[in-house]
Amino acid sequence: MYLEYRVDGGDFQASGQAAAGIKRTLRQIGIDAEVARRAAIVTYEAEMNIAIHAYLGTISIEILPERIIIQADDEGPGIADIPAAMQVGYSTATEDIREMGFGAGLGLPNMRRYSDEFEIESQVGVGTSVRAVIILPAKEGN
Amino acid sequence: MQLREIVRILDAEVLTGKDKLDMHVEAGCGCDLISDLLAFTKEKMLILTGLISPQIIRAAEMADSAAIVFVRGKRPTRDIIDMGEELGLPILCTSYPLYECAGLLFTAGLPGWRHWPRIVNGVQNVP
Repeated sequence: MYLEYRVDGGDFQASGQAAAGIKRTLRQIGIDAEVARRAAIVTYEAEMNIAIHAYLGTISIEILPERIIIQADDEGPGIADIPAAMQVGYSTATEDIREMGFGAGLGLPNMRRYSDEFEIESQVGVGTSVRAVIILPAKEGN
Repeated sequence: MQLREIVRILDAEVLTGKDKLDMHVEAGCGCDLISDLLAFTKEKMLILTGLISPQIIRAAEMADSAAIVFVRGKRPTRDIIDMGEELGLPILCTSYPLYECAGLLFTAGLPGWRHWPRIVNGVQNVP
């Protein structure tokens, strides 16, 4: 199964809907609750990163028998210092964004924490791509 | 701890989820930043927050939180209450500040994450 959502930068009303839709779909098709929770958190953080930092982006999720692949691609300013951005507590969010409850400096660290595989690529002035993989637990009897 | 007991201890107003007061809440967490909620909670936890934002409800949905308590007398806006109704997520309101809410609930036996003796797949839960 493959789902794709468009995310607009700066849209804090609609943002979170991709993650919510993906979570509901995962539960409907019988994905384990803990796995669905991890996938939802990864997707939500990716979606909010696009809303906060980028101009436009897409979030896709591919559900395979043994893994879930979450891909987020945006057109935006990019990340100049990825190792810094991966550190807990590092944030470039503005004061306005912080007042909305974002900017903890945990977005990318949370995505890595709840994924089994995590890759990030970014080009300053072009955009950022993130790929997160969650391995599905083996079903009993397999 | 039953949600009903939490309402009593915090002298809280129940804005949504009046039919869920018998729900059992496992543990609690206080957080005013969304990513803190996602990083430092497990499912079925009570969220205490002073952040009035629809995104706190969305994050609680993602994290499978049990219920939300808005502290310091802050009242959520209509859109936030509507989201809670739609998701079946209980929303409470109390005039107590965050620190006192946490202290009262912890003293009454509601643990935080690090004091939650939870066993997952046979392994002690370690944050």
